[in-house]
Amino acid sequence: MEPTRGFTGRARAADRDPRLPPGQYDAADGWPVLSAEVTPSLTAADWTFRVDGLVTTPHTWTWDEAHTLPASEYRGDIHCVTSWSKFGVRFGGASLDAFLAAAGPRPEATHVVAYSHTGYTTNLPLSDVTGGKAWIVWEYGDGPLPPEHGGPARLIVPHLYFWKSAKWIAGLRLLDHEEPGFWEQNGYHHRGNPWREERYSGD
Amino acid sequence: MAGTFVPPTRFAVPGRIAVSNRAASEWQRATVVDVRRDNTAGTVSTFRLKVPGWQGHLPGQHLMLRLTAPDGYVAQRHYSIASPPEEGGEIELTLDHVPGGEVSGHLHTVARVGDVVEVRGPLSGFFAWPGDRPALLLGAGSGVVPLMSMLRHWRGAGCPVPLRLLVSARTREDLIYADEYGDETTVVLTRTQGRLSAEHLAPFLGPAQPEGGWEAYICGSNGFAEHASRLLVAGGQPVDRIRIERFG
Ligand SMILES: Cc1cc2nc3c(=O)[nH]c(=O)nc-3n(C[C@H](O)[C@H](O)[C@H](O)COP(=O)(O)OP(=O)(O)OC[C@H]3O[C@@H](n4cnc5c(N)ncnc54)[C@H](O)[C@@H]3O)c2cc1C
Repeated sequence: MEPTRGFTGRARAADRDPRLPPGQYDAADGWPVLSAEVTPSLTAADWTFRVDGLVTTPHTWTWDEAHTLPASEYRGDIHCVTSWSKFGVRFGGASLDAFLAAAGPRPEATHVVAYSHTGYTTNLPLSDVTGGKAWIVWEYGDGPLPPEHGGPARLIVPHLYFWKSAKWIAGLRLLDHEEPGFWEQNGYHHRGNPWREERYSGD
Repeated sequence: MAGTFVPPTRFAVPGRIAVSNRAASEWQRATVVDVRRDNTAGTVSTFRLKVPGWQGHLPGQHLMLRLTAPDGYVAQRHYSIASPPEEGGEIELTLDHVPGGEVSGHLHTVARVGDVVEVRGPLSGFFAWPGDRPALLLGAGSGVVPLMSMLRHWRGAGCPVPLRLLVSARTREDLIYADEYGDETTVVLTRTQGRLSAEHLAPFLGPAQPEGGWEAYICGSNGFAEHASRLLVAGGQPVDRIRIERFG
């Protein structure tokens, strides 16, 4: 694209933070809320998380049961498809690997659909949520995860755009094929890698 | 599959709305053909763009706008489409001038008629309203933009279903599109009247609802979206018939 007349940009390409994927800007202290649904009034006591589909042992965890899993945290950056990124955040919870190990994925499982207590869905290859790449989290910074950011608990898959990190996570269904979720049916890219700018279908 | 979870709501793109994925992935040249002020405070302007390849949109959809610096640096932001679908290859965006804002600042202070920017879209069918169901619209600040596209479409196409708009602004000077509202609109000026309240909504919820109930659309800051959605739910509006667009 030819330059836009008169536009110089605030962040110069030369001193651009290397943590910033293409097309993103640093939201600094801000943390925009972007969800299309009403924030559910979901308490910890009501929250459950289920892993089913192509697993040997479908399993549902309550809040207390999930908290018996080994504590695990993510410290790093997050990226939203609406163009903001946020550096050096901390989320605390448990690794998704711990949940999956208990349910036992079958060899034919290749994809997952993550779904929320609101009915929101998003699809991911199984390989994107295993091997220490995804968490179920209930802490942000030192405190509980705020409701509008998915509290009491959400999925986080920080190496992908944040619409993959389903808020108010209710479960994961393992499949042997890909099943597009809410935004993916709505024109978004199926994978959502911020470093390749996989924003919309066709990118 | 035994014990398959069924989500409590059918939270999805309404089946009657088709979204094109192709348009969403292509950047298109858009020429600024008109700029005008949209509130008396002078903080909000509308940019009319000519987009030769525009494939059309539904009221409520947004697009992505991109600016490019000489060294290749790009900045892109989402903007709701303010104009109704009836205007062919021209669309309008209405932007708040965010102090220090990179993109809105450029458009308000540097951009002029004849400039070229890039857009891709329309995006997201979730917040769209094709004009076929009763619509209850709640907006604050620039959140009224996609709702104005719906109102203009409702008037222009003569949609046979009821539409009601509640728009909240700090003062009359801040109010966007002040001259365009009619009987369908309730204006709430928060500095003098306080926040949008259950009382403002009461005439529309409960027994006074149109047949089949409302499809509710809320747009604005996250704070407004949280407040307005709680009022609607408390007033009996089904949670799966509330669509929210948060500007961040
Ligand atoms: C779906 C959607 C639809 C939208 N529709 C509309 C619409 O119709 N109209 C509209 O007006 N907006 C809309 N928005 C918001 C819009 O996308 C932008 O967020 C808004 O225009 C601000 O962008 P900006 O580049 O001007 O500001 P930014 O540069 O992003 O700055 C935002 C704020 O952060 C501060 N800031 C950020 N970085 C720095 C820095 N390095 N140094 C100093 N200050 C900084 C700025 O001062 C400012 O207060 C929409 C958003 C979404 C998600």
